Amino acid sequence: MLDFTPKEIKERASGGLINPAKTCQPIGAMYAALGIHRCLPHSHGSQGCCAYHRSHLTRHFRDPILASTSSFTEGASVFGGGANLKTAIKNVFAIYNPDVMAIHTTCLTETIGDDIPAFLNQAEIPEGKIVIHANTPSYVGSHITGFSNMTRGMVNYLSEATTETKKEQVNIIPGFVNPGDMREIKRLVKAMGINFIMFPDTSGVVDSPMTGKFEMFPKGGTTVEELKDTGNSKLTIALGSFASTDAAIALERKCKVPAKTLKTPIGVKATDEFLMTLRNTFVTEIPYELEEERGQLVDIMVDTHHQFHGKKVAIFGDPDIVIGLTELVLGLGMVPVHVLTGTPGSSFEKEVRAMLLESGLKGNVKAAGDLFEFHQWIKNEPVDLIIGNTYGKYIARAEDIPLVRVGFPILDRSVHSYMPIVGYKGAMRLVEMISNALLDRQDRDAADEDFELVM
Amino acid sequence: MDTGLAIRERLDSIAVKGKQKKQIKCDTDSIAGCVSQRACVYCGARVVLNPVTDAIHLVHGPIGCASYTWDIRGSLSSGSELYRNSFSTDLQEEDVIFGGEKKLARAIDDLVGKYKPRLVFVYATCIVGVIGDDLEAVCKAAAQKHNIEVIPVESSGFIGNKAAGYRAACDALFRLINSGETEKKKNDPKINYLGDFNLAAEAWIIKNYLYEMGIEVNVTFTGDSDYMALKKAPEASLNIVQCAGSMHYLARKMKDRFGIPFMNVSFLGIEDTSDSLRKIAAFFNNDEITRRAEALIDKEIRRIEPLIRGYRKKLQGKKAAVYVGGGFKAISLIKQFKELGIDVVMVGTQTGRREEYEVIHDLVNEGTVVLDDANPSELERFMLEKGAHLLVGGVKERPLAYKLGLAFIDHNHDRKHPLSGFVGAVNFAEEVYSTVCSPVWRFIG
Repeated sequence: MLDFTPKEIKERASGGLINPAKTCQPIGAMYAALGIHRCLPHSHGSQGCCAYHRSHLTRHFRDPILASTSSFTEGASVFGGGANLKTAIKNVFAIYNPDVMAIHTTCLTETIGDDIPAFLNQAEIPEGKIVIHANTPSYVGSHITGFSNMTRGMVNYLSEATTETKKEQVNIIPGFVNPGDMREIKRLVKAMGINFIMFPDTSGVVDSPMTGKFEMFPKGGTTVEELKDTGNSKLTIALGSFASTDAAIALERKCKVPAKTLKTPIGVKATDEFLMTLRNTFVTEIPYELEEERGQLVDIMVDTHHQFHGKKVAIFGDPDIVIGLTELVLGLGMVPVHVLTGTPGSSFEKEVRAMLLESGLKGNVKAAGDLFEFHQWIKNEPVDLIIGNTYGKYIARAEDIPLVRVGFPILDRSVHSYMPIVGYKGAMRLVEMISNALLDRQDRDAADEDFELVM
Repeated sequence: MDTGLAIRERLDSIAVKGKQKKQIKCDTDSIAGCVSQRACVYCGARVVLNPVTDAIHLVHGPIGCASYTWDIRGSLSSGSELYRNSFSTDLQEEDVIFGGEKKLARAIDDLVGKYKPRLVFVYATCIVGVIGDDLEAVCKAAAQKHNIEVIPVESSGFIGNKAAGYRAACDALFRLINSGETEKKKNDPKINYLGDFNLAAEAWIIKNYLYEMGIEVNVTFTGDSDYMALKKAPEASLNIVQCAGSMHYLARKMKDRFGIPFMNVSFLGIEDTSDSLRKIAAFFNNDEITRRAEALIDKEIRRIEPLIRGYRKKLQGKKAAVYVGGGFKAISLIKQFKELGIDVVMVGTQTGRREEYEVIHDLVNEGTVVLDDANPSELERFMLEKGAHLLVGGVKERPLAYKLGLAFIDHNHDRKHPLSGFVGAVNFAEEVYSTVCSPVWRFIG
C-alpha cells in the first residue's frame, strides 16, 4: 500500500495531510466525558461525528461507548442548533436519565456559531441534573485538545472552593491514557497513603467487568461530588502538558489550587518525579512496596540493556505519550531517530529535542506531522523498531520493521486498554514488549547456524 | 431499561408482528438526543465509493472525517492499493474563515504530482457545506489542469442521513460512467454487479459463480473496481443489485440512460443464492447458461448441505436478533436463520425502506419486534424480552451484545470471512455456532 511513498522529501504546498497521526477534538471530549460517573457525552452536530467517535472508541476499548447526538439536518444548520439542543436535553434526561450530560461541539456547530451557554440558559434542565459543555472545533488542535478542553470544562462548571483551608488531598489529571493506566496511577497514589481525586477517570466505564447485564452507566468515573471537591485540594498534578495542563491552570485560577505539570509517568525517571512530587507535598514516605517495584524494574533494565544499545527506534503518537516513551527508550540506551506527533504545538519539538540533546543525539522531531512524512524519514534513515498506534502497521509492513503497539487508537489487538504503560509496572511491561519484539525479530531472521536457544 | 420507550416520538418506529398490522415509520430524521446507531451523509458516500481502488479519495474538511474512514471498510483489491490511504485537506481555523478552495486546489496538485492517478474523488464534509466552498469549480479547474477526472461528492454530513450519502456516491459514479464513450455490445452475457464492496473477497466468490455459468462480470460497483473497469460499465446487458439500499438509485439511472435492465439479487444464504443465480440465468434465456447454473447450484448444495445440517442440529431452537444497516440484508438474514433452524425475534435497520419493512413483516413469526433507527436501550430491552441468544450487527452493537451475555456476529465492515454465496452460508453457520456455543458464556455471572 505504501509502495509509492517517495524517499525524497519535498515541502507540501497545500498543508494537506496524507495518513494522519491525529484526529479531531470531539472524540477526545467524548472520551474525557466518559470519565465522569453517570455521564452521557453529547455530540452537538450531525449524526456521523457521534457514530464515528463511538465506533472508533468501541474498536479501541471493546466496550459499549454511549453518546447522544443533536442529529443535525439542513434546517438546524441554517437556523442554528438551539432547538435541536433543547430537544436533545429534554430527551436525554427523559430516556437515559444520566446525572450529567457533557456537550461538545463539532466543526459544523462551531462554524454556524451556536452559543451553547446561551442555549443552556434557555433549556429546561431537570432538578438535580447537570449539563456541562466544551467548545471543540475540529479545525483546531487534535483529539488531545478536545480531551483537554472537556477536562477544563469539568473544572469550569463544577469545581468549587468551599473549605477555609485546603484539604490534604491531591487532584490528579491523568491525561488521554487507557483505563488500565488510570488504575495504575491510582494504585500508586493509594500505596503512598494520600487522599486523591482523579479526573477524568474512565476506569470502570470503558473497561467494565462482564456481569451479564448491560449497564448504561457502569460503576466507574469521577463523581460530581468529587469534581466539586477538586477546588478544596492542596495540589493539582497534571500528567502530560498537552492533555492536562489547561484544566489544572483553570483550577488554580478558579479555586487557588496550585497546579504542577509533570510528564505522563512512563519510565523510571517520570515515575520517580511523580512519586517524589507527592512525597514532597504530603510528607509521606515512599512505601517499600513501590521501592521494591522500582528495584525490580531497574533489575530488568540491567538484565536486558545489552539488547537495546544503539538500536534505532521511530516513535509516533499523542504528544504526552510520545514524550514519555522517548525518555523511556533513551533510558534503555536506544536511539530515537524519528519522533513525531500529529497534534500541533511547538513545545513538543522543544521538549523532545532537549531530551535528545542531553543524550548527545539529534533526530527528526516534528509536531503536526503525518505518517506519510514519518514513513519518508524511515526510508531515509531506517530503524530497528517502530513504536506507535495501529496505523503504524502499514509502515511496519512496507519497510519490514517490527511494531510495538502503544497509544491510541489500537484497533487490531485486544487487552491493551487493561494493561498499564505508566508507573514502574507499566515500564516493566513496555520493556518486555520492546525486548520481545526485537528478540522475535532476531529469531525470525537468524540463519540456522546463528539460531540460539538461550538469548 | 423501562424508560427505553419513554419517548413517544419513537413509538411509531416500533411494531410487533401479530398485533394489528402497522406501517412502521422509517426513512425519517433521527430525534435529537437519541443514542442513534446511525451515521451521516459523508459516511454513506465514503463507504460506497472507497472500494474504487485506484482513485485518490480526498476528504475536504477538518481531519476527523478522513481519520475515521481510513481503511475501515475491509474491501479487498486485486490491483491498486491507493484507496487504502487517508487523504485530507486538514482544514484549519483560518481556512474556515477565509475559505478552503485554494487549499483544496493545492492539495489536489500535491496528490496528483505524487500518485499520478486518473481519478480523484473530492468529498465535501459538513463544514464545506457551511463555508460554501465551490467544490464543483475547484474540481473542474483541477481536472482541466491535470487532464484527469476530478469528481466532487456532495456529502456534507447534515444534508440528510446515510441514504443521502449513498445517492451522492451514486451521482459521482454516474458522472464517471456517463462521460465515457464505450459502445454497448448487444446480448453478450455480461453483467455489472452492483452493491458488493468485496469485503473479505465476497465479490470474487460471486464473480466465480457467474463465470462458471458462462457470464462475465463487467464491473463490480464498487468492490475491487478501478477507473478503467468503471468506464466500461455501459457495456453490460444486465445490472444485478445486491445492496439495494446503496445501489438501487444508480441501477435506475443506468436503466434510464443506457437502457440496462436491473434486478435485485441476494447472495446471503442457500435459498437466496440459488434463487438469484436462477433469476440471472433466466434473464439470458440461454439453455447452456441455465444448465450450468443448475449444475453449479446442485454441486454446491450437495457439498454444503451436510455441513449446514450438522450446524442446524446444534442450533435448532435458538433465537436471533438482527440490527443491520439496510432492509435488504435484514430480509436475507431472516431467511438464512430459518435455514439454520433459528427464529428471528427482533429485527431492525438503520435505513430500511417502507417496502422492505413490509417484506420483513411478512417473513417473521408472530411476536417478532420490528424497529427502525433503534437506540441501544431499545435493542437491549427487546433482546432480553424476546430471549435472543444472538445479535447480528456492526461495530457499535458488538460490545452491547457481549455485555448482555449474548453471542454476536458482525455483518458489517468488520467481518473477517466472506458471508456471501454457498461458501458464505457455511461460514455464517460456523460463525453462529462458534459464538453461540462458545465455552466463554459459562463464566458469566
